[in-house]
Amino acid sequence: MPAGFSAADFLYILPELVLIGGAMLLLSLSVLVPRRDGLLLWTALATVAVTLVLVVRFFGLDVTAARGLLAIDSFAAFFKVIVLLSAALTLLMSAPYLRVEGIRVGEYYFLILCATVGMMFMASGVELITLFIGLETMAVSFYVLVGFLKPNPRSNEAAVKYFLLGGFSLGILLYGMSLIYGVTGTTSLAGIAAALRGQDTSLVLVLAVILVGAGMGFKIAAVPFHMWAPDVYEGAPTPVTAFLSVGSKAASFAMLLRIFVVGLPALAQEWSLLFYVLAVISMTVGNIAALTQSNLKRMLAYSSIAHVGYLLIGVVVRTERGVAAMLLYLGVYLFMQLGAFAIVTAQRRSDIIGDELKDLSGLSKRNPLAAFAMGFFMLSLGGIPPTAGFMGKMWLFGAAIDAGFIWLAVIAVANSALSIYYYIRVVVFMWINQEEPVGSPIVIGPAMKVALGVALLGTVVLGIYPQFLFEQAEVAARTLQGITAATVVGGQ
Amino acid sequence: MSNTANFPLLSLIMFTPLVGAGVLLFVSKPNAIRWIANGFAMLGFLVSLPLWFWLDTTSPDWQFVERHEWIPSIGAEYFIGVDGFSVLLILLATLMGAIAVLSSWTAITERLKEYYIFLLVLQAGMIGAFVSLDFLLFFVFWEVMLVPMYFLIGIWGSANRLYSAIKFFLFTLVGSVIMLLGILAVYFYNHEVTGVYTFDITRFHELNMPIELQTWVFLAFFLGFAVKVPMFPFHTWLPDAHTDAPTAGSVILAAVLLKMGTYGFIRFSLPILPEATRNAVPWVVALCIIGIIYGALVAMAQTDWKRLVAYSSVSHMGLVMLGLFALTPVGITGSILQQINHGIATGGLFLLVGVVYERRHTREISEYGGLAKVMPAYAAVFLVLTMSSIGLPTLNGFIGEVLILQGIFVVNKVWAGFAATGIVLSAAYMLWLYQRTMWGTVDNPKNEHLPDLNLREWATFAPLLILAVWIGLYPKPFLDRLETSVDRVMARVSSVYPPRNVLHDDGQDAAELPALDGDVSDVIEIPVRGGAR
Repeated sequence: MPAGFSAADFLYILPELVLIGGAMLLLSLSVLVPRRDGLLLWTALATVAVTLVLVVRFFGLDVTAARGLLAIDSFAAFFKVIVLLSAALTLLMSAPYLRVEGIRVGEYYFLILCATVGMMFMASGVELITLFIGLETMAVSFYVLVGFLKPNPRSNEAAVKYFLLGGFSLGILLYGMSLIYGVTGTTSLAGIAAALRGQDTSLVLVLAVILVGAGMGFKIAAVPFHMWAPDVYEGAPTPVTAFLSVGSKAASFAMLLRIFVVGLPALAQEWSLLFYVLAVISMTVGNIAALTQSNLKRMLAYSSIAHVGYLLIGVVVRTERGVAAMLLYLGVYLFMQLGAFAIVTAQRRSDIIGDELKDLSGLSKRNPLAAFAMGFFMLSLGGIPPTAGFMGKMWLFGAAIDAGFIWLAVIAVANSALSIYYYIRVVVFMWINQEEPVGSPIVIGPAMKVALGVALLGTVVLGIYPQFLFEQAEVAARTLQGITAATVVGGQ
Repeated sequence: MSNTANFPLLSLIMFTPLVGAGVLLFVSKPNAIRWIANGFAMLGFLVSLPLWFWLDTTSPDWQFVERHEWIPSIGAEYFIGVDGFSVLLILLATLMGAIAVLSSWTAITERLKEYYIFLLVLQAGMIGAFVSLDFLLFFVFWEVMLVPMYFLIGIWGSANRLYSAIKFFLFTLVGSVIMLLGILAVYFYNHEVTGVYTFDITRFHELNMPIELQTWVFLAFFLGFAVKVPMFPFHTWLPDAHTDAPTAGSVILAAVLLKMGTYGFIRFSLPILPEATRNAVPWVVALCIIGIIYGALVAMAQTDWKRLVAYSSVSHMGLVMLGLFALTPVGITGSILQQINHGIATGGLFLLVGVVYERRHTREISEYGGLAKVMPAYAAVFLVLTMSSIGLPTLNGFIGEVLILQGIFVVNKVWAGFAATGIVLSAAYMLWLYQRTMWGTVDNPKNEHLPDLNLREWATFAPLLILAVWIGLYPKPFLDRLETSVDRVMARVSSVYPPRNVLHDDGQDAAELPALDGDVSDVIEIPVRGGAR
């Protein structure tokens, strides 16, 4: 046992340990009983479920564990729940897709769990190296997952692109971190904040902010660091795209908030401006590019870039309400985005890839329920009540208004209105164009039914009665802000 | 009857159509769908009738109030209640809803189930918007209406339906999301002043916001509501949406959805932002006058029957807005009554176009002529509704127009002149339309054997004709119900505020502002219903 690690520390990272244990078990099982797909799925799901139960118990805690490397607080718990739920939904929607694509499930599930472990450390880490290792763990898992369709050149291209650009961006991020370390002499976020308090802003620090901002910008796919997103989203196996666009994004936002809000409050002016610019161009470029897409996955990629723009509002305003609104939005984004990708995944059948917009033609005739769900997800992404997306957007815009960022709010709502144009196009293809459906009938298996059901239920319930999520997001946001205040006392 | 309802009447009214929509999900036989949809629409009207009788016309309080927690974290509530103004609009909505459903019996033959579900959901959304006393709740219902209307136009509309549907959706959406920002600004300001997070509009009615904030919020609200009314120059979606919508869609759109905009002005803009409202009067009035004249002139040039009626809506709604922004009790009363009248007359005119469209599948005015000989009953109904629309005495339109003109006249005679011009022009294009379609010889052989109104069609027109005559001859019951609502608005926009230059330190601003104050306070002495009796 390394010095300074107490038994309590192991208790605090028990969820992660369970996840790692489950991942190892999966890897062994896939060698021992390679053909038992069902068993492997259940093992993976059970691991995630146990981890979820353990994580939920950490809600309301506010402690620093593992010699100041990890924060076990409501903020981390909130993100871990989002990450775990997105992992669970991804696993549920993967099974039939993997069968059609002929993918070996053992390694696939293993990698999903590994990525999840990385994300959980990103949510908990309060120290630069820990955060970075979490990010690496996630990123490396995704490099493999994106290229999982071995015979498919698009998938290979996506993997190479993601790997090269990802590696490059991690380098930039690391460079920025090293500059921060050079100035402050510590990698602990609380220590950094303490060291910078009262200091004049130096050029080196501004450069560090830009570099770290750019590195994180790659991960969340904010414009102008978004180039990889459409190709990777299109080429990757659809469930992986779903996981990438929700889990990876949520974890990266957690890390981004920790680094900037907790570690660099002294440079708030600078990074707030940086993210203001990123937010505005992300939502505008994302929405305008999405208008012309004919491929559903590409369209959702650009739409998710636009959503990054909305989410960044929470960082820009850097108030407790802003962060809470951001968390709330991530909470609803989880359901609507994964739901949309679940439908795209279900579109994949043996005789058709099904990710073109026109492949949705006649879905309302063939499978009204799936078409209804997809329509609902689209309206939710567009922010039309009574869907969850409306509640999330309303509160984000509210946070901007509250903090005095009126023009940011105006740009955001204008973008939000514009986005309806392409979301509604999906609805047009499903409901209004009465062309004959293509491909064999869609079969929605039991696992997919559960995934779709959960996503739809989340989108509906959080739209009509979102009180629960509002409460949790507020508590989680408060702990993050609390850390900022606590650094005054507890700085190393 | 009572201030707080023992019985959730408003919820019942709102959820009846929703329950109908839910039931329809499980029905598949076409005729069963029709009967059930009509049943629930009719039931929706019947359960709303008690509002008319139980409303306490003397009480200035909100009535039939229901209040429950919704999102306590942000102070949003399920808070609903009505006053006389909303009661009239709810009754209009439930009646027109039932008529619209009935009118679709033979007109809609494809995808029946979805059609009636959308109509009923739309109905619930409209009622929800009229009863909400929580601003967030109102906004939710306000936007909920967009989706079913989009589908009604997009699926069952005519040639250009997809274009018209998305245009309708985007125009309204842009306006309303900007409005949402305004709502949030008021919400946060209210918290700053009172320390309470709430969307309760009755509290917002008591706010005294600084003029600068009021102006911005007014602009935001204005965009949301003006698109819906629609006011020139935000009206361009309307002719397209009306022309391509199925008959029932046009009827609901004209009769009820457009009233959302004017309802918003009366319920939110005027009482929450009285100071900004008064400052905006010259600008709004200018847009109204342009709308009245422009709408009428363009209507005159139309060759498409439905488009003509659509443009007449632009003109008439301009008049409604003008009456409203006279900011006199008489003007506002007239404006509200004229909203009801417009719903009856224009809703009816769209129904009439639907009747011939169903028989001939064309809306070109030149295709018709001499219909009075073939369809005498139809021609008679058309005549009554035309007269109602152009304001012939003894019919409802007259009362509304007189009140509006009276309300405007005392404020500014030039405005009244323009309004009167609009009324004259409306007589011109409506009578010309009547002449071209109904009179003359039947020179198109396709029109020779058109069947006259059948029993079901009569049933759709009968309530409208009765209302047109009732309001025309004896509007007192309607005006009585509006008294306290109008007083509430007037109390805010007239005298509560100090003269506006007190709020400004520099004299420059005060000099630029329109000299309207004196006029308005003179007018307040005029009894509310002076012109009607």
